[in-house]
Amino acid sequence: MSELTLAQSLNGALATALESDERVVLLGEDIGRTGGVFRITDGLRDKYGEDRVFDTPVAESGIVGAAFGMAIAGMHPVAELQFLGFSYPAYDQIINHVARIRNRSNHRFTAPLVIRVPFGGGIGAAEHHSESTEAIYAHIPGLKVVVPSTPSDARGLLLAAIEDPDPVLFLEPIRLYRAVKEEVPDSYYTTEIGPLRVEREGEDITVVSWGAMMKEARAAAARLEESGVSVEVLDLRTLSPIDADGIVRSATKTGRVVVVHEAPRTAGMGAEVAAIVQERALYSLTAPVRRVTGWDTVFPLKRSEGHYLPTVDRIVQVAQETLEA
Amino acid sequence: MLTLISPDGTVGDRLPITLEEMRRLYSDMVEARTYDHKCMAMQRQGRLATYAPFEGQEAAQIGAAATLRPDDWVAATYRDAALMWRAGYPWSLLVAGRTGDERGGQAPDGVNVLPPSITVGGHMIHAVGLAWAEALRGSDRVALTSFGDGATSEGDFHEAMNFAAVFNTPTVFLCQNNGFAISYPRAEQTRSESIAMKAEGYGMPGVLVDGNDVAAVFEVVREAVTRARRGGGPTLIEAVTYRLGPHTTADDPNRYRDEDDAVEWREKDPLERVRLLLERAGGWTPEWQTDLETRAADVIEEAVAMAEALPQPTAEEMLLRMYEQPTSSIESQLREIGS
Repeated sequence: MSELTLAQSLNGALATALESDERVVLLGEDIGRTGGVFRITDGLRDKYGEDRVFDTPVAESGIVGAAFGMAIAGMHPVAELQFLGFSYPAYDQIINHVARIRNRSNHRFTAPLVIRVPFGGGIGAAEHHSESTEAIYAHIPGLKVVVPSTPSDARGLLLAAIEDPDPVLFLEPIRLYRAVKEEVPDSYYTTEIGPLRVEREGEDITVVSWGAMMKEARAAAARLEESGVSVEVLDLRTLSPIDADGIVRSATKTGRVVVVHEAPRTAGMGAEVAAIVQERALYSLTAPVRRVTGWDTVFPLKRSEGHYLPTVDRIVQVAQETLEA
Repeated sequence: MLTLISPDGTVGDRLPITLEEMRRLYSDMVEARTYDHKCMAMQRQGRLATYAPFEGQEAAQIGAAATLRPDDWVAATYRDAALMWRAGYPWSLLVAGRTGDERGGQAPDGVNVLPPSITVGGHMIHAVGLAWAEALRGSDRVALTSFGDGATSEGDFHEAMNFAAVFNTPTVFLCQNNGFAISYPRAEQTRSESIAMKAEGYGMPGVLVDGNDVAAVFEVVREAVTRARRGGGPTLIEAVTYRLGPHTTADDPNRYRDEDDAVEWREKDPLERVRLLLERAGGWTPEWQTDLETRAADVIEEAVAMAEALPQPTAEEMLLRMYEQPTSSIESQLREIGS
């Protein structure tokens, strides 16, 4: 066991993958010499060599398209895109090729690659650096979308993603990279892609979130507990395939659900969670499902971030309204 | 531009292949054209979805594919059936794909030909990744990607060419410049004098070849494949040819091009020039031609019968094709459709 940040845990998981599977290669912009814009690949090129860790030209479509070809040929590439807001040039590759080759070839060719992308706001970054557009990827059949929020999940889920026979978009919450530390096993282990994690058990209300917003969800739950409310907090961890059974189980138990996400509300993943709950747990509900989300705006620049990002106060207030409904 | 066999069937000083090899290439082109004509007819009969004919481009496709080893990679397009077939992809699966059946995309084990790319330009980089992987693990397989003149305007052409050169991947870029991207003429597609010359900007060799001359295509592609196999990196080849038919069965070329051009290009037919050459060399007789055509018709009919005999695909298969193991979402939807 080592006490690691989420960033260190990801770095360790990549090292473990490079160590244990010669099919694994890393490619992306600035991931070699500098260890990536967030240093997630720090030291890996020196340790595993220029034939395993590749700095590439600045071309997101090219990175994903080349990784896709490598994957078809039997490698397990892990591509890094620097920010989710920079991923759209690769969207054509992801939606039209990566997510489809198994279908198009009736299982003959597959694309076991991982696309790692830092995402989310709260660090006062420049435009395009704070996006949370996970829903536009979770909508794509053939792709899996994974979002860890803890250092130990980060290791287990990343190793699972690299092992996965299908393509995985692996979203890393920028704001949590160095915000939390946790004891992480040094061993090789995987965390199953799909099942959500019950962060804390409770009886009165369920708060569902993922990624960086888990921090606010956790804090809101702690505050609500102080006033005697028992809160169940769910970390979805995987957005596609979404753990509908896990959500329904909790909703049925508590009868009240609040979904929290950074992305804009309209057609966000919160709508999917709400739809699952009303389809399968409506008669257990004692209040409408509520969403605490980013607004339907472009992610704002630094000075307006506070207006945009869901806060502990907003979550607590909506939770209280839900409890009183 | 390299031409070895003139449209009248005369040869300059040399041919890169023997008479017997030339007869094989001719036979392959006859078979390919038979397939093309059959598919056009089937589409008119409502037995195929849209079809994109390659008539006129047989030399570019057969000549290129004939240089490959059976284990090499091919990433091609919806107009490359002849190339894919010559690289090992069965006619029956090509027909199945055009009937609208995903099972047509399932190349047999050991045939490293990807299903055709339908979007324009996105697949060239795949041949870079495929070749890169082979080089990294020390194999000497190469990857050939085929695309049209229109695809060279896509941003992905730039990324693929650049990556291939930067990482020195064993990739052969085969551009079949057939004059038109649907209706948009080559002269407007780029102000470059040629597409081949774009290679220079990427630091790789670019070769211009008569795409209706199967011997010339064979020679330049073989050279590129050999260089790639020996670690010499990628090559861009521009094979100048002409799409004699429409873009697809949904297209009417009379709206954008002069029929006189097509007549002129028919005189440069890739099959006829080889036939003339073979006849002059004593390698062609009318009886052999009849044999070839009869055999090709039989082969294609058999392929069509196999494709049309595939059982109706089920809804379950549709859902089960998405992941190796069905996800929880897929499983719940399988239950919903009642399986």
